[in-house]
Amino acid sequence: MRNRFDRELDTLNLELIKMGSMIESAIEYSSKALINQDLSLVKKVNELEIEIDDMERTIESHCLKLLLQQQPVASDLRIISTALKMITDMERIGDNAEDIAEITKNLVNQKFIKDIVHIPQMAEETTGMVKRSIDAFVNKDKKQAEEVCRSDDIVDNLFDIIKEELIEKIQENKSNGEQAIDLLMIAKYFERIGDHAENIAEWVIFSITGEHKMP
Amino acid sequence: MTDKIKIENVDLFYGDFQALKNVNMNIKENEITAFIGPSGCGKSTLLKSLNRMNDLIEGVKITGRILLDDVDIYKDMDATVLRRRVGMVFQKPNPFPMSIYENVAYGPKTHGVKGKAQLDEIVEKSLRSAAMWDEVKDRLKKSALGLSGGQQQRLCIARAFSVNPEVILLDEPTSALDPISTMKIEDLLVEIKKDYTIIIVTHNMQQATRISDKTAFFLVGEIIEFDETERLFSMPKNKKTEDYITGRFG
Repeated sequence: MRNRFDRELDTLNLELIKMGSMIESAIEYSSKALINQDLSLVKKVNELEIEIDDMERTIESHCLKLLLQQQPVASDLRIISTALKMITDMERIGDNAEDIAEITKNLVNQKFIKDIVHIPQMAEETTGMVKRSIDAFVNKDKKQAEEVCRSDDIVDNLFDIIKEELIEKIQENKSNGEQAIDLLMIAKYFERIGDHAENIAEWVIFSITGEHKMP
Repeated sequence: MTDKIKIENVDLFYGDFQALKNVNMNIKENEITAFIGPSGCGKSTLLKSLNRMNDLIEGVKITGRILLDDVDIYKDMDATVLRRRVGMVFQKPNPFPMSIYENVAYGPKTHGVKGKAQLDEIVEKSLRSAAMWDEVKDRLKKSALGLSGGQQQRLCIARAFSVNPEVILLDEPTSALDPISTMKIEDLLVEIKKDYTIIIVTHNMQQATRISDKTAFFLVGEIIEFDETERLFSMPKNKKTEDYITGRFG
């Protein structure tokens, strides 16, 4: 029964996995562009951001087609409405990665005021959150989605550590201020990426349980 | 809202075949209740039991109680009185082969209304309630058989209104109609529920979600789930309901 609709849902899952993997790459490249002060990676992030936007349109029109043709109810309706909400957060992550890459352009020729240690950790953590939240959606795994929500605390803690360190650097030498603010903004964008990944995981929980996670 | 109809431990047999199994449900006044389920699940049988249409079928045995305003309709109510209070509209429009006016006036006449002025008033009020007065007011003497399918079905609803019922039962009333006629009847039902209690059997899930307050899902003579429509179609509690409404049944 409903073979065609089930096949369409499989295709939708594949599209989401593909968009997720683009986002993971965008986060990774934006982090590496900073650490390696590599403009070619900045360009890659820009290109990926365009592809991510296209993918959002593709998935959105696929979802609208399924709503129109299949008029889904119950779990089918939740899956499609969740996909529509997820791609909005996913697209925003792409934008945040591009924002990071834009700031990185200012920094490629500068000597760093401190070792860049925690920002790559934030990138690694958020990449993992995106991947696991999409896996949780595809596998309808509530437990995994809940773990993603908890991971956001790790990202928030890393942001606080970076902020403290940068305050110290400014206190040491006022001329560190400009770069410190750029680095703080980058850290803030990673922190926002963590929030979007948490949103995705919360939508996954909704698609499984029909209830929104309490704030 | 009060319970207009109470269905208690109802079993119904057609000969040896058990069509309803221990059905229990309360139907609220001024709400639209939808019955859904695959063919042969008992939903139309239950609908017909509510105004004792099953009395006309040979070999039917019914146990348990069905109460209308707390009165047992099988023990303490005359079938004619019951059918005046609980009207029915069928899947296929079935106007009588007479004029539009006579179709609507027929019921009140059989219940003893004789004055022309009073009949005129009932006919106009019933046709207005069925949202078709303006369409037919200039051809009331014309045959009802000349109306379109959608108009004929609304005429049947007007005919049901004419005896001033409290409950209206509809058995797939729009399954033979085009989308515009369907929409008119759906709008009409939502409009009139403030004055009536409405129960509709439908195979159209979207129709149930659009118009009903509560939905009951039937399967092989049993009620599997009965809940607020929005809840049943978004978060069904029973896997069988989920499988049926998402089309994965079987």
